[in-house]
Amino acid sequence: MDISDFYDTFFEEADELLADMERLLLDLDVDDPDSEELNAIFRAAHSIKGGAGTFGFTVLQETTHRLENLLDHTRRGELTLRRDIVDTFLETKDMLHDQLDAYRNGDEPDAQAFERICRVLQQMAMDELGQKEGAAAVPPPPAPTIEAQPTTPAVDTEASESAEPQGTVRLAITLLGVDEKDRQLLIEELAHFGELGEHAGDVERYRIELESGESQTDIEAVLCFIIESEQLLIETIASSEAAVSSDSAPEDATPADETSPHADAPAAVEAHDATASGESVENSTPAVAAPAKERSGAKPKAAKSAKGSESSTIRVPVDKVDQIINLVGELIITQSMLEQTANDMDIVSHGPLVNGMNLLQRNARDLQESVMSIRMMPMDYVFSRFPRLVRDLADKLGKDVELITEGKSTELDKSLIERIVDPLTHLVRNSLDHGLESPEKRQAAGKSTTGRLTLSAQHQGGNILIEVIDDGAGLSRERILAKARSNGLPVSDTMSDDDVWQLIFAPGFSTADQVSDVSGRGVGMDVVKRNIQEMGGHVEILSRTGHGTTTRIVLPLTLAILDGMSIRCGKETFLLPLNAVLESLQPVAEDIYSMAGNDQLLKVRDEYLPIITLHQALDVVGAKTQVTEAIAVIVQGEGRRYALMVDDLIGQQQVVVKNLETNYRKVPGISAATILGDGSVALILDIADLHRLDRRKAQQRQENQRQLSPEVSPA
Amino acid sequence: MTTQASAAASVNDAASREYLVFSLGEEEYAVDILKVQEIRGYENVTRIANVPAFIKGVTNLRGVIVPIIDLRLKFNLDNVEYGGQTVVIVVNVANRIVGIVVDGVSDVMSLTQEQIKPAPEFGVTLSSDYLNGIGSLDDRMLVLVDIEKLLTHEEMQLVEHTAETA
Repeated sequence: MDISDFYDTFFEEADELLADMERLLLDLDVDDPDSEELNAIFRAAHSIKGGAGTFGFTVLQETTHRLENLLDHTRRGELTLRRDIVDTFLETKDMLHDQLDAYRNGDEPDAQAFERICRVLQQMAMDELGQKEGAAAVPPPPAPTIEAQPTTPAVDTEASESAEPQGTVRLAITLLGVDEKDRQLLIEELAHFGELGEHAGDVERYRIELESGESQTDIEAVLCFIIESEQLLIETIASSEAAVSSDSAPEDATPADETSPHADAPAAVEAHDATASGESVENSTPAVAAPAKERSGAKPKAAKSAKGSESSTIRVPVDKVDQIINLVGELIITQSMLEQTANDMDIVSHGPLVNGMNLLQRNARDLQESVMSIRMMPMDYVFSRFPRLVRDLADKLGKDVELITEGKSTELDKSLIERIVDPLTHLVRNSLDHGLESPEKRQAAGKSTTGRLTLSAQHQGGNILIEVIDDGAGLSRERILAKARSNGLPVSDTMSDDDVWQLIFAPGFSTADQVSDVSGRGVGMDVVKRNIQEMGGHVEILSRTGHGTTTRIVLPLTLAILDGMSIRCGKETFLLPLNAVLESLQPVAEDIYSMAGNDQLLKVRDEYLPIITLHQALDVVGAKTQVTEAIAVIVQGEGRRYALMVDDLIGQQQVVVKNLETNYRKVPGISAATILGDGSVALILDIADLHRLDRRKAQQRQENQRQLSPEVSPA
Repeated sequence: MTTQASAAASVNDAASREYLVFSLGEEEYAVDILKVQEIRGYENVTRIANVPAFIKGVTNLRGVIVPIIDLRLKFNLDNVEYGGQTVVIVVNVANRIVGIVVDGVSDVMSLTQEQIKPAPEFGVTLSSDYLNGIGSLDDRMLVLVDIEKLLTHEEMQLVEHTAETA
């Protein structure tokens, strides 16, 4: 077994820990920090450090180490939090993330960035703790022996004295039920920590003596990468004070190069922390009994809670899930194929078979539903990245912004979750930059100085609604219209608000007076719209001047399964997404109006809908050419309604969506394909695109006609 | 069986490669057998509108949607018929699975470097860019098609080359 086998596990864990850390830092109330939260942040840093040390990621280890020290001071109330301190912590967290990425790609992290962040953290430690260091040199009563101090000149003598017990400690590490292979690995690992003493035992119980300067917690953290914490028992035998000198501080035992003068300080702090927190037992006094007891009481509980969260989730590569989804899709197709055959059979003579088929159908649907739910992820995954973004941007823009997120637990297909991030980020930036006003302006407008930005997600039927709501100035109709005119877009003053708002989705459109580095370059909203349309959704804007803007994204819940309406045209079968279908009717001649020669409209309850003739758009042969013979399906796409002329409606069915682009490419008018019960492929229609295609073809036909008969005007 | 054969061939003679020989009308063509995934009959193809005629449509290959191209139409051959003998060679190129319709598959041949002559500069329909060369075997001439280049070329309109295509 190679230690690098665990790299991936570590990277993923560290990623999660960093995400946790950021979330906690952002939640932190600077004036009155919650000690539990501070502890949690500290623990995250500590765990990353432990792992980084094990795998020899020195730079990462060193950076976390420094951060950890500062965090430790913070949680003990020695360092008073300020906003800029939290900012520095966040910056460090970003740096850690970069370092982690570098290691993941097999590179070394950026050395300059590392030095810079070290300097920043060091400076902070000096500035904030300079005096307090001295004060803390007086050991607090509960932990009299291990209050080690940094070798700053002021407390030099004291430090060397108090550092002594902190030196090497004889530890007895007992491994319970560890097989030989892992044991060998563990022993090698332990050898890095210090001098290995006797070791003997069997699989059930193996005892290793170790003389080390590392804290028990660190050792345990490292070993727990290989075995479970229950399999591990660490006891202190005795401290060998003789072996200690002030510079044999724990950090020397690690691969980290600790040459800078302040290096000892963190080590000391760590020791302090260990006793103070009680989460780890680090006691180098000969009196082992009490702490040992304390540990035996505390440890199993901690281990249990860790275990609990571990077993409730499993990590599975996405492609495995996708494979299951594909297989279930196949199963459903086979099942409906069998069902069609079974339906033709006589129920009297084949009763059990028909019953079995019904059961199979139910089970198959349940299975499909459960499998699909594996891919569903909560919107929290997306929303959780915004507090940071909003905070940073608000600072930059000098605005006061309160971010509210609603419906975090709303679930959405993983593929959509990943693709919604960019458009949503763009919308949030837009709201912050253009939407919300500066505190002064807000005050002048009689609003609270703190702007409010709400991100919300909710289910609505088979769709998910994601809204970005700001209570800012709202869109300016005049400015958009003026800008549209100068861009040469066809606009009129009598356009409805909705139509005006849609203008901002035109390419190269930005009403920002000044181009800032946040937004206003005019690229963006059109990209947002396109991205969302590619996901099968659409964007709506609601805005009231002075009251703010709401951008609403409507997305289908999943891309993998679709409730469809199958229709026939000629001999071909197509599918319409069921949520696009509003109604269907048999048109009568009186309701059909023509406009500008070739365009036809269908009047449905006082509404005139453009007619899309499917057989013309898709060149279907043998379809009903008379509009009155066909069936009009009223469909909507991109917020507009159309009357789609088809030959027949076949029925409603749930289908597994298959991407056409995997092996082919995008086809105009078609969003995807699916496999029908008989094993043949049916194409799924894309309403809005179909309309565009129909227009294009109508134009072509018109031009052809003109070329053929120049003197005769087209009928 | 083809994979076994090709494996054996590569062991025996590293310089020779195996080609699947197929016919389009009277002409014989060959493709690198390692690109061939399977051979199946022509059935159940769903037409796609507004694409060039040689793209016959898409079919369901065990749950995967695969485009079908008729090379006979692409190469402007006469007598394009679909019957029980019409064969689809499913090839795997550029991470895509594509089916190509041919008149028939005759055999698998192993060609050495000496047997492959450079392709002459000819052809409006079939540019020599798409050819690996001409294989000569006794009195037979095999046109060795670089199927990957052919299928991924822009004029095949199989792969999206530009953002917007009519």
